Amino acid sequence: MTGSKPKVAFYWCASCGGCEEAVVDLAEKILDVVAAVDIVFWPVALDFKRKDVEAMADGSIVATFLNGAIRTSEQEEMARLLRRKSQVLIAFGACSHLGGIPGLGNLWDRAAIFHRAYLESPSTVNPEGTVPQPNCQQNGHSLTLPVFFDTVRSLDQVVEVDYYIPGCAPPAGIIAKAVQALLSGNLPPKGSVLAGDKALCEECPRKDTRPEKLTLKEFKRPHQILIDPEKCMMAQGLVCMGPATRGGCESRCINGNMPCTGCFGPTDNVRDYGGKALSAIASIIDSTDPAEIESILAKIPDPVGTLYRYSLPASLLRRKKVEAA
Amino acid sequence: MTVATNGDHYEPRIVGFLCNWCSYTGADLAGTSRMKSAPNLRIVRVMCSGRVDPSFILRAFQLGADGVLVAGCHPGDCHYQEGNFKALRRMTFLKRLLNDFGIDERRLRLEWISASEGEKFAKVSTEFAEQVRALGRLRLEVPEEVSAVEEVMVS
Amino acid sequence: MISLTIDGIATQVAEGTTILQAAKLLEIRIPTLCYHPLLKPFGACRVCVVEVQRGASYEVISACNTPGREGMVVSTDTARVLAARRLVLELMLARWPNVPVLRQLAAELGLEQPRFTSTLRDERPDACVLCLRCVRICEEVVGACAIGYEDRGILRRVVTPFNQESEACIACGACAHVCLTRHIRFEGEDYKGKPAEFLLGPNTAIYMPTAQAVPKVPSIDPETCIHFKTGGCQSCVQVCEPGAVNHKMVDEEIELDAGQVLVATGFDLFDATPMAQYGYGRLDNIYAALDIERMLNATGPTGGRLLLKNGQPPRAVGIVHCVGSRDENHHRYCSRVCCMYALKFAHLVKERCPQAEVYNFYIDMRAFGKGYEEFYSRVLHEGANVIRGKVAEVVQAGWSKQEEGTLLIRCEDTLIGRFREIPVDMVILCNAIEPRQDAGRVGRVFGLSRSPDGFFLERHPKLDPMATMTDGLFVAGCAQGPKDIPDSVAQASGAAARILATISKGVVEIDPIRAEIDEALCSGCRTCGPLCPYNAIEYLEDKKVSRVNSTLCKGCGTCVAACPSGAITGYGFNDAQINAELEGILTL
Repeated sequence: MTGSKPKVAFYWCASCGGCEEAVVDLAEKILDVVAAVDIVFWPVALDFKRKDVEAMADGSIVATFLNGAIRTSEQEEMARLLRRKSQVLIAFGACSHLGGIPGLGNLWDRAAIFHRAYLESPSTVNPEGTVPQPNCQQNGHSLTLPVFFDTVRSLDQVVEVDYYIPGCAPPAGIIAKAVQALLSGNLPPKGSVLAGDKALCEECPRKDTRPEKLTLKEFKRPHQILIDPEKCMMAQGLVCMGPATRGGCESRCINGNMPCTGCFGPTDNVRDYGGKALSAIASIIDSTDPAEIESILAKIPDPVGTLYRYSLPASLLRRKKVEAA
Repeated sequence: MTVATNGDHYEPRIVGFLCNWCSYTGADLAGTSRMKSAPNLRIVRVMCSGRVDPSFILRAFQLGADGVLVAGCHPGDCHYQEGNFKALRRMTFLKRLLNDFGIDERRLRLEWISASEGEKFAKVSTEFAEQVRALGRLRLEVPEEVSAVEEVMVS
Repeated sequence: MISLTIDGIATQVAEGTTILQAAKLLEIRIPTLCYHPLLKPFGACRVCVVEVQRGASYEVISACNTPGREGMVVSTDTARVLAARRLVLELMLARWPNVPVLRQLAAELGLEQPRFTSTLRDERPDACVLCLRCVRICEEVVGACAIGYEDRGILRRVVTPFNQESEACIACGACAHVCLTRHIRFEGEDYKGKPAEFLLGPNTAIYMPTAQAVPKVPSIDPETCIHFKTGGCQSCVQVCEPGAVNHKMVDEEIELDAGQVLVATGFDLFDATPMAQYGYGRLDNIYAALDIERMLNATGPTGGRLLLKNGQPPRAVGIVHCVGSRDENHHRYCSRVCCMYALKFAHLVKERCPQAEVYNFYIDMRAFGKGYEEFYSRVLHEGANVIRGKVAEVVQAGWSKQEEGTLLIRCEDTLIGRFREIPVDMVILCNAIEPRQDAGRVGRVFGLSRSPDGFFLERHPKLDPMATMTDGLFVAGCAQGPKDIPDSVAQASGAAARILATISKGVVEIDPIRAEIDEALCSGCRTCGPLCPYNAIEYLEDKKVSRVNSTLCKGCGTCVAACPSGAITGYGFNDAQINAELEGILTL
């Protein structure tokens, strides 16, 4: 049933599966998609194998939607493979766009992660201290496992990416619009993020409730207050990443009465998401006394997690400094 | 500038963001007064310490700076009223972030230097260079990791 | 109009005019007691009686309440009239022999010895003579009806209702004002040790601010005006010929569009009451500088004479410099003007009270201006005693009745290295010049910073003392810091000239180093707005984005650094430029 319908592929790297579900979330619209395209590779849903992809001609896939960050060598290989085979490679979701939640692994390295996962964690029973190896010999056979990299990377740090569909996971509306654009050939310049141009505050339903001159003497965390469902999050003292985050998500989290955590990443003019967000948050602290400023900032207990929740690999520094052995 | 291969002795590369009205003029005064100071400071002039975007500092570290100095007017004296207070807030938060990145927060220093404090500038500049030298080279490079399995060729 | 004749003079008056009023128009004097121009004629005292011809007969009637009739012939000074008036006075003097106004009227009428004495004889000079002007004014003019009378005939008395303290009384003082004998008196309260003459008796609700006020027009104090309390009075309206009094005037709020503002809101004088050691407000005859300025003024309460509370001139005056200034506990700065006005006071004391001794207690004598040092020398020659040392305290001295009220100044005389106690009658404190109480609020309205001492901050203390950090906003006079008149005038003239220069130029030059918000990128998050020290960032309610006013922006770049969308460009120091610099300097 291949006909002349354009070929598309979906692949997942280091991801939670939420992006796959986001496609399913298109609900009835998915039927239009399925009718219009030929899905030639989608491990979660279809039975095509890697060798099927290898067998295709280069550039024969019109578009590949690749979600998940690059954590292992297999993921890197697949990314490179799909890049060769596709005309358009789209980084789908925050993990491939910026590194995503897995990107927070960049605060450690492989040794520390393996130590925690296979040896130290309370629910692990591993008295022999068995730890995965990329290569081992068993009965004369060489068994290999993908290499687990020290550093998580976003997709564009491995291959050239044509477009980005942001979000954790991308909302249905954004996906539908992107597929539309793809099929009609009406695409913006290469390298664009297929979402809004302005930060979330532009579309936020609570925009009008933020006072014109807001400064804060205290930061609060969501569990510490009863969040007013009508009022601007920052005006309530919550750290909302809305001002620093690209919009287009229909303010899902805000409408769920939680502050924005920044999954759409920065706007076009910003290179390092966390640096800008830091500047904006620090600037509105209402104090000139060093000790008071310290105590106000102590209410944000995890700076890197708050500022770079989805974008650590894509940041300027990319990861926590590796200590020399 | 030669880079010493010996890990113990190296010339730290320090970027200084100096505000036009106070600290830059103070540095200028140090120069015209022929005061000796460590040559490690590479100066970027801004109009006000409040212009210093934390992203610049991250970029400086990323490009290989071992230390960053941000110098502005004394509290209350800012030419633009309060820019130095904004710098204070941002640098305080940035230091906390640098700790999370495993970068010793002492590599970022915030100083108040007025236009008449040439001597202070020379002293801070030299002291900071020594401090950063003692902390060692920053070495932020992320090693390229090579896949253990060769790329599969397509026939 | 009706025609009548008074004392042979024919005249025409409007209908309803009383004989007394008609006589006044002809400048014929008829004596009165209970009559008052503001009150309805009462006809109680019978002193204003005149003789009116009635055909062949005559009648002796009161002039104050008899309206003129067509063809009336009135005589005010016939023997009959005089006899009637004398009798009235005799009867009054029988009861109140010592009341001055009665005695004076009696003397005028040639009454020498009253023949009678009353069973209710009251010898007091301030006895109530039952003219009832007080009752009538309280009812008719004031409208408070707080005072009345009781009983009848000879037993009539003027009293408050039920002889109790009246709740209706508004203490306007009208009754005291019209009382003929000072039976009702309005006593001024002694306030902060200042004599009652400072209060000038009860201040009228309609008053001229000072004798030298500009403009010299009276104003009405709505707090004390009777009309605002009771709806009555309005005597001022009745006597004002051009009809210039309007009780219905209300405050108007006028909105002006101003491009430039000169703030010259002045200073407050430090209140020395907390400095208990100087006794201000506690002891008599201790004054602040402005109190003495008022006293020495020719239009002041004493007519310019320097007097103690007991009305006597002082034998010795102590002038204390630096009260609240140069003081770690109050103000560290020097108030600049006090040394010179202290010397002026010394000079004036010597002039007004040549016998008095004058002592100036100073830390440094600051005679910095043109002719100032020469004036200092002159004052020294005039015999002022200058003592270099701080005053430790001022105490009440005197062990005998003669010495009561003397003050003793305890001080250190550092030039002779001795502790001294100097008896004086009066102490003048040179209080610090302070920023006004509401300087903070005014500052916030205009976006004016203040220096650590609380005065408004100038752009540069040497090179630009009249401009502020905000373009178009200027400051002059003591609002910016203590200074005397020549300096205030110079500063204000300079600021005005700067303002005019900008206006006449017609265009405003904008520095190229400034920030600009790209409205296509701005999300309206308003992170930048509160950061701008010049209020140069405005949130546009219609477009829901922020915008930088290029005329106000000074280019500091703090908004550029803060903008979380990177929507603000800092011309001259934009992100690309700075990043390029970083790349350049870190290449090697």
